[in-house]
Amino acid sequence: MNNDEIRVSLLKRSRASKNERWGKLISGACITIIIGVVVSIFYFVASKGLATFFEDKVNLWKFLTGTVWNPSAKDAQGNPQLGALPMIVGSFSVTFLAAIIATPFAIGAAVFMTEISPRLGKKVLQPVIELLVGIPSVVYGFIGLSVVVPFVRHLFGGSGFGILSGTFVLFVMILPTVTSMTVDALNAVPRAYREASLALGATRWQTIYKVVLRASISGIITAVVFGMSRAFGEALAVQMVIGNAMLLPQNLISPASTLTSVLTMGMGNSVMGSLSNNALWSLALLLLIMPLIFNILIRWIGKKGAMRS
Amino acid sequence: MKKKWILFLGLTSFVFLLSSCGLKQSGQSITAVGSSALQPLVEAAGDRYTAENAGEFINVQGGGSGTGLSQIQAGSVEIGNSDLYAEQKSGIDATHLVDHKVAVVGVTPVINKDIPVKNLSTDQLAQIFSGDITNWKKVGGHDQKIVIINRAQGSGTRDTFERWVMKGRSTMQAQEQDSTGMVRQIVASTPGAISYMAFPYVDKTVKTINVDNVAPEDKNVQTNKWQIWSYEHMYTNGQPTGLTARFMTYILSDKIQREIVASMGYIPVKDMKVSRTLAGKVEAIK
Repeated sequence: MNNDEIRVSLLKRSRASKNERWGKLISGACITIIIGVVVSIFYFVASKGLATFFEDKVNLWKFLTGTVWNPSAKDAQGNPQLGALPMIVGSFSVTFLAAIIATPFAIGAAVFMTEISPRLGKKVLQPVIELLVGIPSVVYGFIGLSVVVPFVRHLFGGSGFGILSGTFVLFVMILPTVTSMTVDALNAVPRAYREASLALGATRWQTIYKVVLRASISGIITAVVFGMSRAFGEALAVQMVIGNAMLLPQNLISPASTLTSVLTMGMGNSVMGSLSNNALWSLALLLLIMPLIFNILIRWIGKKGAMRS
Repeated sequence: MKKKWILFLGLTSFVFLLSSCGLKQSGQSITAVGSSALQPLVEAAGDRYTAENAGEFINVQGGGSGTGLSQIQAGSVEIGNSDLYAEQKSGIDATHLVDHKVAVVGVTPVINKDIPVKNLSTDQLAQIFSGDITNWKKVGGHDQKIVIINRAQGSGTRDTFERWVMKGRSTMQAQEQDSTGMVRQIVASTPGAISYMAFPYVDKTVKTINVDNVAPEDKNVQTNKWQIWSYEHMYTNGQPTGLTARFMTYILSDKIQREIVASMGYIPVKDMKVSRTLAGKVEAIK
């Protein structure tokens, strides 16, 4: 009799195990939904984007290297004029230029915040940087349009719209991301490294330059690549200052366009299922693949960094 | 722990409640989607209609002429707004769509205020936009480079402008903007800039010019002396019925055409002294 009671209470599910089952179920459901959403987005964009090549028989190579973008008209041979090179060049140039300008500033700020004056950094710089992250991109674009564009026009000539203005706007936009990730990377360097370096008689600058930065290089590169992938996908702010001319950029101050700006401008004006709409989906597919490459790059860098230390 | 769950559930159901409030208006509703140029007009007329007919709602959304036409073709909305004839848009089968011309809008070239040019011929305009004339000096201005601002490809305003100014010549690749507001701001602030926009959007920050010595005014559009204009279309899939039909009659009624259409800068269809077909044939209205 007594034994039976114990048996029952032992075999019965406890509250904790019930809770655990619940927790597993909920988190499992959430993950399934997220995966489902991601997969269906990929499927949707890919099926629409690939239709340009399979249904409308556009040559992939011509799509990537052509320089004339005019989906509504055909050229002399009757082929649609879909050359995405101007946009690809535009996107990559603003991205790389913004990253090149942002990196030294971000490293400088991060070194100041972690090595030179952590207290001031935490109290003043950190909140300022977090504030910069929270500003919506349309505000950046508007400031770019009313301040950066006239500034570039006065200083460098031209109409002011172009890659240079886009670079400046993107530089400010990705700076906080890159900086805060670099701070994390620097903080991850073990304290013992710094102590050992100082004990060997190195100055603070020597410690920073030869030990801390070297030890965190993979983290810093990850930060920069992350910033680049953000810059690559930015649409609104860039669209407002780059001029949106589907021309191969001649110089930094001639109007150009990016993949994102062409997409946002064209979507409402084209009809679902038509060639000009499919062509836009192909651009979207390109935009989807690029961050994927950036992500793979980040993982690869992370692995390399991990092996060395 | 319990409290948190209750809070969570409460919030979720609150959100659902809110969203269902938006969906479940007691009464009938129809949706009109499309052209952003036509959107403010339809919105104003829709609000007025709801005020006068309780329980009947007109939802108006933008999205562009292309969106309007493809949505009405797919049958997912009741009305598709467009700046273009459906036949002009590739990928649209216009056979089932019924055209309702609700207003007329003129398009005028606009230039930066500091350019002293007052008049251009159609040919000069075409040469500017095709890239043959690149300096204001050649058309009576100062020695200054011409900066062309285009609207996005497929925009109704751009199609109208290209049809009646370029007449088949292709425009040069230049800056493109996807909204009239952006165009106006850029023309106002960029030296040597030229673009085009619909009459209702013109304000003091930019300057209009005469084309072939005709001023961009409503009365010149009414007689087709000013040729750069287009109809604003509201398409229905088949002949409209029920609320859609009542709203179409309402928007074409004298009261709305006089009070709302005219006050927003559009030209009432009934004021037109000529009509123009898709092919561009102009006939006087008796």
